[in-house]
Amino acid sequence: MSTRARRIKDRIFKATILSLSLLTLLPLLLILITIISKGYSAISLDFFTKLPTPPGDPGGGILNSIVGSLLLIAIAVVISVPTGVGLGLYLSETRGPWASLVEILINTLQGIPSIVVGILAYLWIVKPLGGFSALSGGVALAIIMLPTVARATQETLIRLPTSLKEAGLSLGASYTRTIWKVILPSAMPGILSGVLLGVARIAGETAPLLFTAFGNPYLNLNPLKPVDAVPLLVFNYAMSPYSDWHQKAWGASLVLMVFILGINITIRKGPWKRR
Amino acid sequence: MDGDKAFRIGLNLTAFLFILFVGITFLSLIIASGPSIKAFGWKFVISTEWDPTAGKFGALPFLTGTLLTSFLALLMSTPLAFSLALFLGIYSRKGLRFAYILDYAVDLLAGIPSVIYGLWALFFLVPVVRWMEIKMNITPFGVGIFTASLVLAIMIIPYISSISKEMVAMVPQDLLEAGMALGATDWEVVKNIIVPYCLSGFYAGILLGLGRALGETMAVTMVIGNFNGMPKDLFSPGNTMASVIANEFAEAVGDLHLSSLIQIGLWLFLVNVIVNLVGQVIVRKVSIRR
Repeated sequence: MSTRARRIKDRIFKATILSLSLLTLLPLLLILITIISKGYSAISLDFFTKLPTPPGDPGGGILNSIVGSLLLIAIAVVISVPTGVGLGLYLSETRGPWASLVEILINTLQGIPSIVVGILAYLWIVKPLGGFSALSGGVALAIIMLPTVARATQETLIRLPTSLKEAGLSLGASYTRTIWKVILPSAMPGILSGVLLGVARIAGETAPLLFTAFGNPYLNLNPLKPVDAVPLLVFNYAMSPYSDWHQKAWGASLVLMVFILGINITIRKGPWKRR
Repeated sequence: MDGDKAFRIGLNLTAFLFILFVGITFLSLIIASGPSIKAFGWKFVISTEWDPTAGKFGALPFLTGTLLTSFLALLMSTPLAFSLALFLGIYSRKGLRFAYILDYAVDLLAGIPSVIYGLWALFFLVPVVRWMEIKMNITPFGVGIFTASLVLAIMIIPYISSISKEMVAMVPQDLLEAGMALGATDWEVVKNIIVPYCLSGFYAGILLGLGRALGETMAVTMVIGNFNGMPKDLFSPGNTMASVIANEFAEAVGDLHLSSLIQIGLWLFLVNVIVNLVGQVIVRKVSIRR
């Protein structure tokens, strides 16, 4: 093949991958532009501090779902952080078939569709308690968040220099004390970024909340009662036939996006930079 | 040293309880789908009739919907994702600033919640597809299998590209330099060195994308049209396994309906676990090779 033909082929290849790569940017730009332009006008102080109004009534906000989301995230964090850090610690301190099994199961858990996790929380908590609740939604979100926390912990611990642990042990500190006072504090930035990443992931989860947290037009702080969540509100309002609710769905989406992107940027730029 | 022993036991106990937990997950799905499995047996996956009020449950339309949307989505997103992986893998290596920005943007795409994809698709993609359908002279639903596949394709691009990109970045520098020293163009380096080297990683990327597409719920539920019969063509409304659960679970009529929905969840769980395990095996093999 002549050099000329090869050059042309190379050019075609480069142009193709460049244009296809740029094409993937298109949906991102479209989504961001639509959310910002449509969501911006829905947002006001009332939007954050008032309860929803019936369709057609002007005003009102999404306070119930913001509070609900925070409650759900709090429950999920309380459950998944200790267990996730424990599993990560186990994985970094143990070798052998059991550790491999746990690692495989964590990866598998991460792949389970979130709607199936919702079914589990329904079977384990909603059914025995006899009703939808924030607790069941929080548990579902905790299951989804657990693998992220466990893997972040494991990855951070593995990257710590062994000299740290040796220094602790050589000073006469017990194994447990070394872990608590030396290893975990040094790993804190990595673990924190894993927790934040997990929170960013569950903040937008909707499917597992459909039949656990269920949604609630009123303010609720009782974990045994149903609560609303921002993504749940986006779904319910988007599927409704009312245009002022559609408007609020865009506003709520903007709030959600800012929250999630904010976390993502904090993780990259903050003192706890990953990688 | 008793404290140490207790600590060790605590760690092992956490791991043991976790293994137990995953086991219980599987068991409780099987137990809860029991009534439906007993009532329908294999007919559940080959019957096309889903009529909650008549107590007849066949999941074939949803299986079809899931397979159709997932494979269509893969078909559309794979060329894009691989282009992206090659572009990012090759050019971020050369220190091109634009490649970093693109990489960041793709990460953002992965972070957008699926309900927001759904909202956008409902008010942006659906009208576009409806306009297309009017031009093509078919019933302009707007919603349907095709629209769902389109939004799925966008959603899974980052999943396929991120693992493929890592594979491209792992190709040893001396192999690339050897190729270039021989006078190979970028295309020839890609074709003869990078692609053969990364092939199994590319498969893993596709599997990861497939797993995500199979279980994706919200975005699909919002644009697929929620029709419980067999889809007649690619543009007709339908339902997937995940979307039928999302639609009917909270308002299930009776125990058999609920149990049938849970059985669909069980299948979804099993298929995802298998796809995931195969993907993990591939990734493990590739990383051991290095």
